[in-house]
Amino acid sequence: MASQNITPSPTASSDSVFAHLVRAPEDPILGVTVAYNKDPSPIKLNLGVGAYRTEEGKPLVLDVVRRVERQLLNDMSRNKEYIPIVGLADFNKLSAKLIFGADSPAIQENRVTTVQGLSGTGSLRVGGEFLAKHYHQRIIYLPTPTWGNHTKVFNLAGLTVKTYRYYAPATRGLDFQGLLEDLGSAPSGSVVLLHACAHNPTGVDPTLEQWEQIRHLIRSKSLLPFFDSAYQGFASGSLDADAQPVRLFVAEGGELLVAQSYAKNMGLYGERVGALSIVSKSADVSSRVESQLKLVIRPMYSSPPIHGASIVAAILKDRDLYNDWTIELKAMADRIINMRQQLFDALRARGTPGDWSHIIKQIGMFTFTGLNSEQVSILTKEYHIYLTSDGRISMAGLSSKTVPHLADAIHAVVTGVA
Amino acid sequence: MAIRNLLNGQFLNRSSVTGARFMSSWFRNIEPAPKDPILGVTEAFLADQSPNKVNVGVGAYRDDNGKPVVLECVREAERRIAGNQFMEYLPMGGSIHMVQESLKLAYGDDSEFIKDKRIAAVQALSGTGACRLFAVFQQRFHPNTQIYIPVPTWSNHHNIWRDAGVPIKTYRYYHPESKGLDFSGLMDDIKNAPDGSFFLLHACAHNPTGVDPSEEQWREISSQFKAKGHFPLFDMAYQGFASGNPERDVKAIRIFVDDGHLLGLAQSYAKNMGLYGQRVGCLSLLCEDQKQAVAVKSQLQLISRPMYSNPPLHGALVVSTVLSDPDLKKLWLKEVKVMADRIIGMRTTLRENLENLGSPLPWNHITNQIGMFCYSGMTPEQVDRLTSEFHIYMTRNGRISMAGLNTGNVGYVANAINEVTKSA
Repeated sequence: MASQNITPSPTASSDSVFAHLVRAPEDPILGVTVAYNKDPSPIKLNLGVGAYRTEEGKPLVLDVVRRVERQLLNDMSRNKEYIPIVGLADFNKLSAKLIFGADSPAIQENRVTTVQGLSGTGSLRVGGEFLAKHYHQRIIYLPTPTWGNHTKVFNLAGLTVKTYRYYAPATRGLDFQGLLEDLGSAPSGSVVLLHACAHNPTGVDPTLEQWEQIRHLIRSKSLLPFFDSAYQGFASGSLDADAQPVRLFVAEGGELLVAQSYAKNMGLYGERVGALSIVSKSADVSSRVESQLKLVIRPMYSSPPIHGASIVAAILKDRDLYNDWTIELKAMADRIINMRQQLFDALRARGTPGDWSHIIKQIGMFTFTGLNSEQVSILTKEYHIYLTSDGRISMAGLSSKTVPHLADAIHAVVTGVA
Repeated sequence: MAIRNLLNGQFLNRSSVTGARFMSSWFRNIEPAPKDPILGVTEAFLADQSPNKVNVGVGAYRDDNGKPVVLECVREAERRIAGNQFMEYLPMGGSIHMVQESLKLAYGDDSEFIKDKRIAAVQALSGTGACRLFAVFQQRFHPNTQIYIPVPTWSNHHNIWRDAGVPIKTYRYYHPESKGLDFSGLMDDIKNAPDGSFFLLHACAHNPTGVDPSEEQWREISSQFKAKGHFPLFDMAYQGFASGNPERDVKAIRIFVDDGHLLGLAQSYAKNMGLYGQRVGCLSLLCEDQKQAVAVKSQLQLISRPMYSNPPLHGALVVSTVLSDPDLKKLWLKEVKVMADRIIGMRTTLRENLENLGSPLPWNHITNQIGMFCYSGMTPEQVDRLTSEFHIYMTRNGRISMAGLNTGNVGYVANAINEVTKSA
């Protein structure tokens, strides 16, 4: 009877320390593929994440990569020891040569520090953390729009993110005036993130003349450029052409950072291979910079993975393998350019209202269609076409067979009959 | 025209490059960073030209010829993988297959927690990466807490939690006089910490001391943790490598989960599968139910996405291939026992050599301690003498990586140790 009046003890079952967590939202980009995979429709099309697909819609491992992998596998003298904190030395040197050019004065004067990074993301993050620790200005300017992960990377690195105008929806091209105004009014010393080529997500790049003006402005305002180079060779098909903006900045002797990725141009996505290079004014500064970069890397993952970097180094250092690579790279770039043309032609053939020339003017993996999020939603729900809500489509996900389906779907949402 | 000149290496007219030539570096005030205390040892070793040099610094396994080893099971796994796999991005949480196998290895093949999907787990960049993910996670969801780490511990633990913004407190662990465990100090510090504190525990083969609690002591620690409501994060870098038996080495974790603790676990395959440079590991958090595990995993992914997007593929493929094939797994168990046995053998030999040399000091701790490392008890000055006079490289805390010893050099090293310590 007394027990009827006893209230249960408030303690006691071991409450998890994480009981208060809520489920995080899906990553806006990678979540697209998650949703695509769940879709049972036989006509589904994945134009979400930027991974190259062949005409048959299959992922591609480059032939030159497979050959090198076999070589490495059969080389019994290789082992799996920890590589240095900064990564493989020859990988680093060759990566610097690839982006800056073999005859770059910065390299010859030992003013370049290069560390191996976890693809583009990891290289950006290490660069960001380094700047947050050692650079006097904690503000970084990102273009609007930019790759969805940039903001999080730099925020978590300890920098404050601001934006500069970049894309002009009206023209589906560059808002050059807006860009110059915004960078022109940035506080002195601010870091500026620049997409080296094939801007993600818009595909809109400045011309070389516009790059020259940007360079001049950045130097006159003492801003620090941080290049994100994820598509060298993949945009135009030429490694040198795609590196011109970066080389322009290096040529005039200034300091800058570059994050390189081999995910797309060598098809090494999952192996996470990239590099961060910091160009400084002197060799002495460079070596101090390297020592401090190690202090950022060591508590993050100690040292980078060996596999992907070994493949890259083997390809870059062998003339024949390098040539074979450039051929396969150009083939990928050409297929994408071809898809752009086909989509443009298909929309024109259907008389889809609007100016679609941006499809062939934009460059690289992505096209910013100009569709709004409601239209994107319809594309997904009714046509099983998966893309990010900003209207970005990955051209690499298209094939001659699937272009008509996409063109039909775009036509339908634009004319409102969807 | 100007652009073409630039690209041909000719500097622009001064007037159009306002200020650039006359500014000094933005980074001119950067101090040169100190060398990493562990990895710096190998750098110094490599630079030494002496034919007698010995590297007992970094904890990487060597065979009896002093050579690094790639396990046969790993070579076979790589043969199977090569040419058969695409290199697409892994999911943010890494290889599901590899994570599943890691959970089975740690929690048991038939673990109810695996069946009930109560474990939030993601692939991580070896043990370092797993610890870092947890540290950031702790800072984000329990921002006003600290991490209790043992004295001493792997030096990089300090860097990891510091860079994640989590203050560090310490608990007593090593007992210099006995060169064993300071159990009463440990228990006192556990009792005196505020309820619900976060503790880092080495699951087996404590780094750098090689001193582990006994099974009985682990039970008492677990019990005290329950009374205090503390959160245990286990760093397990040596499962299988310590005793030669993975089931035995994971005993502490099984004791804790049987006691009802909701623990965290950082696993590494660097040593026990020899995959050092591949950077393969796993972070798991045992949750109250599946819903919570899903939430926790999704939050872990929010941490890794802005760090590296998704983890590296190759090493994960090797691990999942080895662990999911019964024959390869059997081969692995054999090979890991060979490594552990060789190290145990070196402990015995080193101790015997020192005793036979008539050293005045006790050396039983060499065989009492377990795993890759022996905490010799030597002072930094004695270590410096070992290096400068005998070209023997180790960290200045007196930690010897037993894997660097072999039948060819153990006599030389014993003699050197005796020389620098006999008048201690």
